[in-house]
Amino acid sequence: MEVLIRCADRLGIERIILSQGYSADLHPTPEQLREENDRVMRAVRRFPERAYGSVYLSPSFLEFSLREFDRCVRDGPMVGVGELEADMRCNAPELDPIVERAISTKAPILQHTWLKLDGNLPGESTPYDLVELAHRHPDANFICAHTGGDWERGIRIIRTTKNICAGVAGFDPTAGVVEMAVRELGPERVVYGSDVGGRSFASQLAKVMGADIPDSAKELVLGGNLRRLFAPALRAKGYQA
Amino acid sequence: MIIDTNVNLSRWPFRRLPGDETPDLVTRLRKVNVVQAWAGSFDGVLHKDIGGVNARLAADCVTHGKDFLVPFGSINPKLPDWQEDVRRCAKDYRMPGIRLHPNYHGYELKDPVFAEVLQVASANGLMVQLVVSMEDIRTQHPLMRVPPVDLSALVAVMKNQRAARLMLLSWWPALRVQQIRPLADAGELYFDFAMLEGIEGVARLVEQVPPERVLFGSNFPLFYFEAALLKVQESGLPEARKGLLFEGNARRILAAKA
Repeated sequence: MEVLIRCADRLGIERIILSQGYSADLHPTPEQLREENDRVMRAVRRFPERAYGSVYLSPSFLEFSLREFDRCVRDGPMVGVGELEADMRCNAPELDPIVERAISTKAPILQHTWLKLDGNLPGESTPYDLVELAHRHPDANFICAHTGGDWERGIRIIRTTKNICAGVAGFDPTAGVVEMAVRELGPERVVYGSDVGGRSFASQLAKVMGADIPDSAKELVLGGNLRRLFAPALRAKGYQA
Repeated sequence: MIIDTNVNLSRWPFRRLPGDETPDLVTRLRKVNVVQAWAGSFDGVLHKDIGGVNARLAADCVTHGKDFLVPFGSINPKLPDWQEDVRRCAKDYRMPGIRLHPNYHGYELKDPVFAEVLQVASANGLMVQLVVSMEDIRTQHPLMRVPPVDLSALVAVMKNQRAARLMLLSWWPALRVQQIRPLADAGELYFDFAMLEGIEGVARLVEQVPPERVLFGSNFPLFYFEAALLKVQESGLPEARKGLLFEGNARRILAAKA
């Protein structure tokens, strides 16, 4: 965490939303989920001015995940859900109770998505799956993590589903991605993220800093939109959004 | 001041890019403190008339970026009489180096023709830039699936090519930082960090190889230029070391060629 804060300081990043601790396990046990969430909450408590927490859950352990949501979000310091990427595609009905819990606290949901040329992993979600889920829950706010990786398709897939924002973290800093996302979705539906660990703050920040979009749009993408999305959950915890 | 060693002119076949007109590219790079750019051509990836590609590249560099754009001509050693393309790069256009795309041109590094390219380049005083990948294999056009160059034969090749000066461009994730040391030890190899990922990635890279072997490369305009720049900022390197990466190493290499 010290390394993250040090690097964030070098790049002018004020706040970090943490999830999943060190694990990239796509089939976590309840014990692993709890351990990861505990790790995130320790970091949030240690750096309350710099870090927010987002709970890691698995629809394969639904009852446990709902209790974990209550422990970490409803009764704990966390303010968001995800990145959800474990075990099953997000159009599965098992996601519905998790989303309903998130709606109850107005916590946004970060959902992993990819569109891999050679096919996704079993249980790995696509933006199409997220669109299905978002249509079932019009009161929820979703962030389409990685915009499907293949962003020229991902942006089109989510375009008409207004409760999904494009998350531009976690793929190469290919020029034009943020310009297309802002053009097709509007600047209010595009959010910066780093996916740091696998990626760097730097390469992902560059997508916004280097984009040919107005400064006002950059401000929204870099923070304004996340502030708006997280404001209800933050206020409920006594944070200043 | 920055010397960017990984830039391409012309058009990427699958997407228009900000900066894919050469005058605009030069303007954009000058604005971000670039004082020199080593430029290949996107056309060299797929075109078969490589002689025409290199002629346009050389002309574009003179017309739009004299003393700023430094051309690195494309060589496809699977084309007949490729040696003439090398000769033209060295003698007619006075290029300091050439650029290879083995994965797009259909050969592996264990193919004897790769060693022959290194030999011919060395004999002509040319540095060789080898582009390991152009884009994430997971997001390529479905009709254009091109895996990264397999580098497993490179150590053996370089040990037999002591005069070769080779720079790997866009080598991550095909090559991981912890795998890089044997390559650096095998000969005169240099590395950019256009595709390098991970927190403080450039700092980790210069722990694995001497900082004299690392050069600033952005993969602009296919990638946002700022990615490479911010990677250096994120890594928190001392000023002297940043100076080597930004400019010093590239100047030293070109001066040695001259």
